[in-house]
Amino acid sequence: MNIYLLAIDWWFIIEKLVLIALIVTLCLIIAMYETYGERKVAAFIQDRIGPNRAGPFGILQPLADGGKLFFKEEIIPLASSKYLFVLGPTLAMITALLTSAVIPWGTSLEIGDRNVPLQVADVNIGVLYIFAVVSVGVYGIMIGAWSSNNKFSLLSGLRAASQMISYELAMGLALIAVLMMSGSLQMSVIVNKQMSGALGGLGSWNIWYQPLGFLVFFTCALAECNRTPFDLPEAESELNFGYHQEYSSMKLGFYLFAEYINMFMSCILMATLFFGGYDIPFVNESNLAAHIGQNWVALLSFICLLAKAFFLVFVFMWIRWTVPRFRFDQLMHLGWKKLIPLALVNMIITAALILWLKS
Amino acid sequence: MSQIQYTNRAKPVDRRPLNFIERLYLWNVFIGMFITLKHFFKKKATVQYPEQVREVGTAYRGLHILNRDEEGRERCTACGLCAVACPAEAITMEAAERLEGEEHLYREEKYAAKYEINMLRCIFCGLCEEACPKDAIYLSHTFTPTNYHRKGLIYTKEDLLIPNPKTQPEEYAKAKGLIEEKKKK
Repeated sequence: MNIYLLAIDWWFIIEKLVLIALIVTLCLIIAMYETYGERKVAAFIQDRIGPNRAGPFGILQPLADGGKLFFKEEIIPLASSKYLFVLGPTLAMITALLTSAVIPWGTSLEIGDRNVPLQVADVNIGVLYIFAVVSVGVYGIMIGAWSSNNKFSLLSGLRAASQMISYELAMGLALIAVLMMSGSLQMSVIVNKQMSGALGGLGSWNIWYQPLGFLVFFTCALAECNRTPFDLPEAESELNFGYHQEYSSMKLGFYLFAEYINMFMSCILMATLFFGGYDIPFVNESNLAAHIGQNWVALLSFICLLAKAFFLVFVFMWIRWTVPRFRFDQLMHLGWKKLIPLALVNMIITAALILWLKS
Repeated sequence: MSQIQYTNRAKPVDRRPLNFIERLYLWNVFIGMFITLKHFFKKKATVQYPEQVREVGTAYRGLHILNRDEEGRERCTACGLCAVACPAEAITMEAAERLEGEEHLYREEKYAAKYEINMLRCIFCGLCEEACPKDAIYLSHTFTPTNYHRKGLIYTKEDLLIPNPKTQPEEYAKAKGLIEEKKKK
């Protein structure tokens, strides 16, 4: 037994550490450029041009924004609870980044004689893990809101908590139908199931079998990310920016960053669950690997996953600049009385169809 | 149900109950998203200011210019009519008598030793231009003066005077072009 414990596969640890570092960096950079993308999309939809002064097409704008946030004065309100006040943004950021652990980012790489999967942890409860982490994410907002000792922040914290809990239900129910189809909670299995169909995998994407499920999931993802039309926790016009009202400097930056990372992660998740993950449409991956090598296929599949996710991020932004915010009672009405029954019906129909097709 | 029409412009509010598709909300969201997508590809209205300058009309009223005559002499005689006409009380001046040997500098026997316009007060109404009997003050097409200090926005006579046609013909022609364009209206 002792001998087994000592026989650590150091390469395994190094490769995972490198992968973690790369993915976290990627998430942060993408979150940075999501802020830029958001401003550009907003501007274009409103017939404006958007940031274009810092660097060509304004691509250095996120750096300038980040630099500005760093140099802002750090204020911790006297009446706040200090430890919790710092814990809030930390928790928000950590949970946002943690979700990336179980995402399969591409087909595996071949380095020397090792087969390196582009996934930090291929746990058999992958989807469940994501849901667990996302649920903890609401603590970041709640703790931050509560410890600010400000009534607007507290109200927004209450809203965030109730909204997240109500929409997580419908989200989970919509997901169960997908899980019944793939028969596993493991992310790699869910993706592999979607790669085998017609047109190089395109035919077996879950979106074709679960359009209703996707619609419910997408709506709930909007609500989970606090994006318009469900951005009640930070409703600028009612709550003065809600839970991050008392925050300044990089703590505010962490909240905003966490929100954008959450958005990216939920888009990656949707791409993985409904759009075939890293599957390259119209291409048979194993045939392609024989032609151009395993590593190039891994890169292409990774780019493919990012492209799908970026499109969904664009849709998120597009919706934000189109649809106005819901009222709180409308939000609860939609969540409990519309989405949950819809997800349940979808689940039952899927279950019945699977049973019927199997028998 | 008849609605009273007060004007010919008002579109009566449609108060019919929502039909099924409208109550679904989803279809209307798609319509809305199509509209925003159309705007996404539309030509942008932005004028990139420091690089591109919006064309102003001939009647545009910008920064003031104190005019000179053809021989480069100041036209202003410090009569004070512009200061009286100014509704914002932005113009201050001090008169002085032209001395022997200064005929090439000032057109008439009296001239403005000090002439200041406070650009923070000025409302660019152009009443000074209308009041001036000597064709001495004009409003040019230059706009948006900026400064870090209030003091810098109180323009002195040196800031306002048009370049001398004798000593600086090129700069004069440039400034003159704007004035002549303005006169044409």
